[in-house]
Amino acid sequence: MVTAKTYHALTVDEKKCIGCIHCMKACPTEAIRVVGGLAEISKERCVDCGHCMRACPAKAIYVEQDDLKISQTFKYRVALFPAVMIGQFPEKYTENQIYAALLKIGFTHAFEVEQPIGILKDSMKQYCKTSPNNKPHISSFCPAIVRLIQIRYPSLTENLIQRKSPHDLGAHFAINELKKQGAKEDEIGLFYITPCNAKISSVKSPVGEKESIADGIINMNDLYNRVMQVINDKEAEDTSHLRENLSRDGILWSLTRGESIHFGERSMAIDGIHNVIKFLERLENEEVPEIDFLELRACDQSCAGGILMTGNRFLTVTRLERRAKRYPQAWKLKDSEAIKGSKEIKQKLIADKITPKPAFSLDKDRVRALEKMNRAQRIICFLPGVDCGACGAPNCQALAEDMVNGKAKMSDCVFLQQMWEDEGKISTTKAFRNVEKKWGEKRFQADCNKRGKRNEGF
Amino acid sequence: MNLEFQIEGGNFSRAGHASSEIKKMLKQLGVDSRCIKNIVIAMYEAEVNVVAHAFEGLIQVHIESDKITTVISDKGPGIADVDLAMQEGYSTASKKVREMGFGAGMGLPNIKKNTDELTIESTVNKGTTVKMVNHF
Repeated sequence: MVTAKTYHALTVDEKKCIGCIHCMKACPTEAIRVVGGLAEISKERCVDCGHCMRACPAKAIYVEQDDLKISQTFKYRVALFPAVMIGQFPEKYTENQIYAALLKIGFTHAFEVEQPIGILKDSMKQYCKTSPNNKPHISSFCPAIVRLIQIRYPSLTENLIQRKSPHDLGAHFAINELKKQGAKEDEIGLFYITPCNAKISSVKSPVGEKESIADGIINMNDLYNRVMQVINDKEAEDTSHLRENLSRDGILWSLTRGESIHFGERSMAIDGIHNVIKFLERLENEEVPEIDFLELRACDQSCAGGILMTGNRFLTVTRLERRAKRYPQAWKLKDSEAIKGSKEIKQKLIADKITPKPAFSLDKDRVRALEKMNRAQRIICFLPGVDCGACGAPNCQALAEDMVNGKAKMSDCVFLQQMWEDEGKISTTKAFRNVEKKWGEKRFQADCNKRGKRNEGF
Repeated sequence: MNLEFQIEGGNFSRAGHASSEIKKMLKQLGVDSRCIKNIVIAMYEAEVNVVAHAFEGLIQVHIESDKITTVISDKGPGIADVDLAMQEGYSTASKKVREMGFGAGMGLPNIKKNTDELTIESTVNKGTTVKMVNHF
C-alpha cells in the first residue's frame, strides 16, 4: 500500500474567501467547516470532487498547478491530454489546428491519452474475468469516486477494478512511441493536462500505484486560454499520425457510458457524485439487482463536466460524439503495430489493491465512540434542526458530532444563544461576540459594497 | 444507545430507511465494514418483510460497544410454520408484492445467514417478533 500522504489540489484563498456557506453545503462528504469567517477543508474527508469550487461565489477555492515553464527543461515535451479537451473548442477549429496550437505553445508532441484504448479495455475485462467474486466490478476511472469509496464505503473497495487510468495508458504509450524514434527516457517530459482537480491528486498521489508517471500537471482551463491565444483557422500541418491509435471508443471513454457500454448487458453508468452516493448506499445494503459492472463518475456528464473544463458540458459531449463517428472502432485497430507491441504496457496498467480509509468514525476506541455518539444524540435534542449552517457546520447533526470531538461549542448555535438571551442566561454583548468569533469582526455591519452580496459571482 | 423506527406496512418506498440510518451510525463507531454489511442486509430484509406482509411494525435497536441487538415486531398475519419459512424459496408473498421484485422467499434465510443469533416468535393473526444479535 502506498503510504505517501494524500495530496489534495483544492486550496482556499484566504484573501478571497468571504466566509459564506455555499461550499460547505455543497460538499458531499461534509468535509468543510467555516472557522473565523473562512472555509476550511478537511484533508481526511475531501475526495477532490470539486463541488465546493463550483459552488463558491467568490472563486476563492482554486486548484494548484505546476508552472507551464518547466516543460522547457526537457528535449521532448509531451502534452498528454484526454480526448474530452478537443470537445470544448468551437467546431470551426479542426483537430489539426488545435494540435498545431499546442505545439506552438512549446510542446514537441501531443498525445490523447485514450490510445490505444483497446489495451486498457482488455486489461479491465481480464481483471473482471479473473476476480468473479467481487461483483459488481466498479471502474476505478474517476479518482474522486475511488476516494469516496475508500472513505465512505470501505466495504466496496474490494469491488474496485485494479487497473490504472487512461492517463497511465497514454503516458506509457507516448514513452514507447518516442523511444522508437530514438528518445531516451530522461529526455522525455510528460505533462498531463487535466480536466479536473481529482485527476491532479491522483497523478500526484496515485491510489494503487507506487509513483506518479507525469512530470507536470497543467490545468485544462489554463491551457485552453493559452491555446485560444495562438490558435487560428488557417490551414494547419497534418498531425493525424499522432492520432493513429485513437478510436471511436477512446474518444467516448471519458463520457458517460463510455466504459459501461463495453461491459455487457448487466452494466450501469451513473454520473454526478450525489447520484453515485445514493446508489452506493443501496449497493452496500444489497438493495440492487445483480450487476456486473459499474461506471461511476463524480461530475454530471462525466469528464465533459470536469471542473477545469471551459466549454458547456452538453456542447462538449455533442462535439465529441460527432468527432467519434469519424474514427474507427477500437477492435479495428487490434492489428496495429502499437497494439502488437503492447505487452509491456499491459503489464504496467495493473494497479495495487486499493485499501479502505474510513473517515467517519467518532473515535478509534469503540467504547469511547459509543459514548460520543450517545452524547451527540443528547445534544441533538437541544439543536433546532434548521440545518442553517450559521454555526459553521453543514447541519445540526454535524455540529453535534463536532462538539463531541471538541471542535465546536453549544454557543456556536445562534438559535440556542437567542434562547439563552431570552432566558437571561447570557448577555446580548457576549452572544454577539460569540457570533463574531465564528464569522469575523465587523462582519455584520451595513456595507453596500460587501463582498458576497446578492448575485455576486453567479 | 437505543433507537426506534416505525415501519409502515405496504410502503415499499420507505423500506431501507432504518437500515441506512443504522449503517451510518455503525460507521461512526468504527465497526468493521464486513460486519456492518451483514447487519444492514439482515435489517433491510427484516424491514421489507414487515412492509410486504404486515400492517405496521417497530424496529428497536440497542447498540453496545461489542454488539447490536435488533428487535423487529409487527402486527400482521404472523407466520404459521416458522421452520418452513426459513427454507429458501418458500414465500407467501402476494402476486402484487412479487411483481415489485420482492417476495422471492429469500428473506428469512438471508437474515439467518447474516446474523449471529436469530430468534423468531410468531402468533398467527397477531404478529411476528424477530430478534437478531450481531457481534462486532
